[in-house]
Amino acid sequence: MITFSDKQLKTPAMQRPVYLVTGGMSKFGRAFPDKRTEELVIDAFTEAAEFIGMTPAQLKKYIHSCYYGHFADHFGDQLLGESVIHDRLGLDPLGNIGIKTGGATGGSTLWEAFKTVASGYSDCTLAMGWERMDEVPTDEGNHLISCAADKDWETPLGHIYTGYYAVMAQKYWQVFGKQEESFRRTMAEISVKNHGYARMNPHAQAPMDITIDDVINSAIVAYPLRALDCCLMSVGAACAILCDEKTAYEMTDNPLLVYVSAGSHTLRVADRRDMEIPLLPNESPDQYKDLGKRFPGGDRYPGFTGFLAARMAAYYAYRMAGIVDPNVDFDLVELHDAFTISDIQTYEDIGIRPYGEGRTYVESGDCYHTNPLTGQPGQLPSNLSGGLIGCMHAVGATGIMQAIEVGHHIWNRWSEMHGDQKKWDRFNRQKPADWTDLQVKDAKRGLAISHAGVGSHVTATILVHPDHQLERNA
Amino acid sequence: MSQNTERGTVKVADGRYKPNGTFSVIYPNSAIRNEEGVLQGVTNPRDMTYIHSYGGEAPFFEGLGLGKLLGTRCDNPDCPAYESVFVPFRIHCPDCLAKNTIVDITDIAKTGATVHTFMITERTGAFNTLPKPIRFVNVEFEGVCTILMGNLAVGEPKMGMKVVPIFQTANPSYTIIDLAWVPLGTPESDLPEGFTFG
Repeated sequence: MITFSDKQLKTPAMQRPVYLVTGGMSKFGRAFPDKRTEELVIDAFTEAAEFIGMTPAQLKKYIHSCYYGHFADHFGDQLLGESVIHDRLGLDPLGNIGIKTGGATGGSTLWEAFKTVASGYSDCTLAMGWERMDEVPTDEGNHLISCAADKDWETPLGHIYTGYYAVMAQKYWQVFGKQEESFRRTMAEISVKNHGYARMNPHAQAPMDITIDDVINSAIVAYPLRALDCCLMSVGAACAILCDEKTAYEMTDNPLLVYVSAGSHTLRVADRRDMEIPLLPNESPDQYKDLGKRFPGGDRYPGFTGFLAARMAAYYAYRMAGIVDPNVDFDLVELHDAFTISDIQTYEDIGIRPYGEGRTYVESGDCYHTNPLTGQPGQLPSNLSGGLIGCMHAVGATGIMQAIEVGHHIWNRWSEMHGDQKKWDRFNRQKPADWTDLQVKDAKRGLAISHAGVGSHVTATILVHPDHQLERNA
Repeated sequence: MSQNTERGTVKVADGRYKPNGTFSVIYPNSAIRNEEGVLQGVTNPRDMTYIHSYGGEAPFFEGLGLGKLLGTRCDNPDCPAYESVFVPFRIHCPDCLAKNTIVDITDIAKTGATVHTFMITERTGAFNTLPKPIRFVNVEFEGVCTILMGNLAVGEPKMGMKVVPIFQTANPSYTIIDLAWVPLGTPESDLPEGFTFG
């Protein structure tokens, strides 16, 4: 589809507001030979219960239906794994369903749980996601991930998913990066930032104190993408509890309003036909008329430089929550940094920067907790969790982890959830001597983007403190 | 799988698959223990052969072995995508869902194919059959609304370079691997074994 009807562009409506009450995460790592998936899931569920002063048994009493995000059955060689987890959580005979949308599985799981509450079907839903990516060798893992491409037309070409993003990196670097070495260094800076923030996160799999040159000199995976440009392959679980207003305030004094939307585009990038750019509220109709002149080769949309699915998820979500300018209306974001290049592409798709200018979000220092150029708070900090590059990409859990991380800031509990020495000890991880409190001061609203399949599925999850709803959304 | 075991093959008769030979091979498993010898789990080795239908895309994969690159075209005059040509081959138009018409675009590809973008990798996942390094090229054609991904079999890729298709006609696999690309002007003697210009 390259044109839209009015019906297709309708702002998604809810029968009633939906709230995020709590969330929890397990430790994330490359492998857990000593734990079954259910143990990680119960770790996440227990953290969610304790976050609001409940026992797991007390929390379970509120749940009416369950949504399970788990992408790759063949990694664990267990079909209907959702049923196993549902049983081990002791939630039978409540209704449950599995959700699979590749890398966006976590976000899609929130989407389903959100719609269920919004519709009135359930007053309290569990969104639980996990992934088990350690039960095959890494090269078989790469093959299995590549099976999320078109198996007849793409997978046989190397069985390496990174390649499908590398062609985008090459195109974007040439067109919008103007082949400048400085653009390559900006890509690398994202990895340095996210691995660095992961150092402050006890859940994170890959805390690293590295430099731009470390990234640029790391092993080539698929040129121009190198090992440190790429997300992690992870094991772990994350969950969230979504409720209607009455139930939410029974469970906690401080629930957050939540809005979730979704977009999609063809699984094969090959099939993405040239089209008009759908505009976000902070863009003007003639803004991109000269894009091809300013950036020769940049006039094909979305081509190999943009993600229409991300643009559509933002298109719907911003209208649901009354967002006009994400730079002003959000206090932080968690983006799906599967690769450094796709992180930059997403800045443009979701309107943090206009198309062609994504690099300036990094180069201005706006994406940092503390802007390294000014020493002042960054305008819109990004991926303070460490993101997929530094924290984890346990696929089914990722989008949920991102939303919880945003929530921790709005709840003003980031320091408590990341600085507690007992958690570092329980995870058998060394808290760094220079551990830094990354709490975003006075955070009121935030966004999490969950993304799959070279942009086949994208969800946008917006969290808003109820005292700080935007008037235009009233 | 034992070296004497015949790998399974399949025919279709009376509209049903007729498997023949060995499809499922189980191997002995083994314990997984940690440094202290404590049991952590087990391996589950096995060998499987999947059966897969190309359905309406079968002419495309048959065509590669015959040296033809086939696409499809929407011929519904009431559709916004009327006369759009799709490669990858789409059985139905994505807009009107009418059945597309198969079109031979081999000649277009031989004269008007250009590298839109590319990448080079030494790493692959398991089960890769392409020689390394692999060079993906995403190829755009005149008059075609999509951009096809493929393997550059000769030379180094550059954006904007003219390329031509080559086909594994000698011993086709009936997969996308039967199609590759080489720079315009590449002599036939430089093509990989089994490949021709069609």
